[in-house]
Amino acid sequence: MSALINVPAKVRRGDVIEIRTLTSHIMETGFRHTVDGKLVPRDIITSFTCRYNGAEIFRADLFPAIAANPYLSFFTVAKESGKFEFEWIGDNGYSSTASASIIVE
Amino acid sequence: MSVWRAIAAAALFAAAPALLAGEIPPDAHRSGYSFMGPDTRAMQDDDTANPGMLFVLDGEALWGKKTGNAEKACADCHGDARTSMNGVAARYPAFDKPLGRPVTLDQRINLCRANHQLATPLPYESRDLLALSAFVAHQSRGIPITAGDDPNLKPFVDQGRNLFMQREGQLNLACTNCHDDNFDKRLAGAPVTQGQPTGYPLYRLEWQTLGSLERRLRSCMSGVRAQAYDYGSPELVALELYLMSRARGLPVETPAVRP
Repeated sequence: MSALINVPAKVRRGDVIEIRTLTSHIMETGFRHTVDGKLVPRDIITSFTCRYNGAEIFRADLFPAIAANPYLSFFTVAKESGKFEFEWIGDNGYSSTASASIIVE
Repeated sequence: MSVWRAIAAAALFAAAPALLAGEIPPDAHRSGYSFMGPDTRAMQDDDTANPGMLFVLDGEALWGKKTGNAEKACADCHGDARTSMNGVAARYPAFDKPLGRPVTLDQRINLCRANHQLATPLPYESRDLLALSAFVAHQSRGIPITAGDDPNLKPFVDQGRNLFMQREGQLNLACTNCHDDNFDKRLAGAPVTQGQPTGYPLYRLEWQTLGSLERRLRSCMSGVRAQAYDYGSPELVALELYLMSRARGLPVETPAVRP
């Protein structure tokens, strides 16, 4: 499954930066039925985390009311050059990761 | 004097239905984008917020993946899609000589799979088919639509135009009643657009996924309580062709985002 990450490539130390993430997921609520009345089992992402050089800077719990292909954006302070690591965890053992690097001057 | 004025008025009145029944003049053509709110526009404009780009990425991976009994990838024949597929979607549906009829981009992908990759066709609206057609059509982003220029296509464009003008369903509405005569008005709070197919396959927030023009046409048909044509049916292809020729000159936006 693909993900789209937007992290500025190069910033000044101390800048507040926006990080935007978008990932593929159907986010099936578990409340819908098929035409013949069977319940469609829930299949959602339940948790998202972002680590900045190993330290967790952002975490979100996701719930059935969240749209397919969840988009999350958040802010952090650029302290040092390095790597952002993103992880999405969900139902049925779903796990997906992505990363992006940043240069802080 | 008043007699002449009455005659002039009558003449104008007689000419009016011809103008009304005629299509929107080309310089008044507007993409569905111009009917959207600022939030949805921003979503389409930012490639890292546009969920359609997820499908384009998947399509790019499929483009380079070997498949079928021939063990060939799209890239093995077509090379770099950035050059080989540039402008292709702007002229689809295109006339296929061996078949003697127009084929849509989705059908072309499946013809390629059958004839060259010796692979099974991808079902309509399957994720892989949407991803591939989104990736191919994305290579034409910004290029003006020229579909329907081929003289061989003339009878099929006419067939599509007739279907567009023909009333159908329990509500007895033709496409033209909304999309030529009443665009810019509202239907249950949502703007009625001109129905210009500039960004397909596109990400519809209502669908929560990418979908083809045929899916959109079928949902309009069930909206007027008509029996929708099957995916890939000659009628849907003709309608798609007419709509694309009607949108002549508007730039391709794939993958567009629509509410």
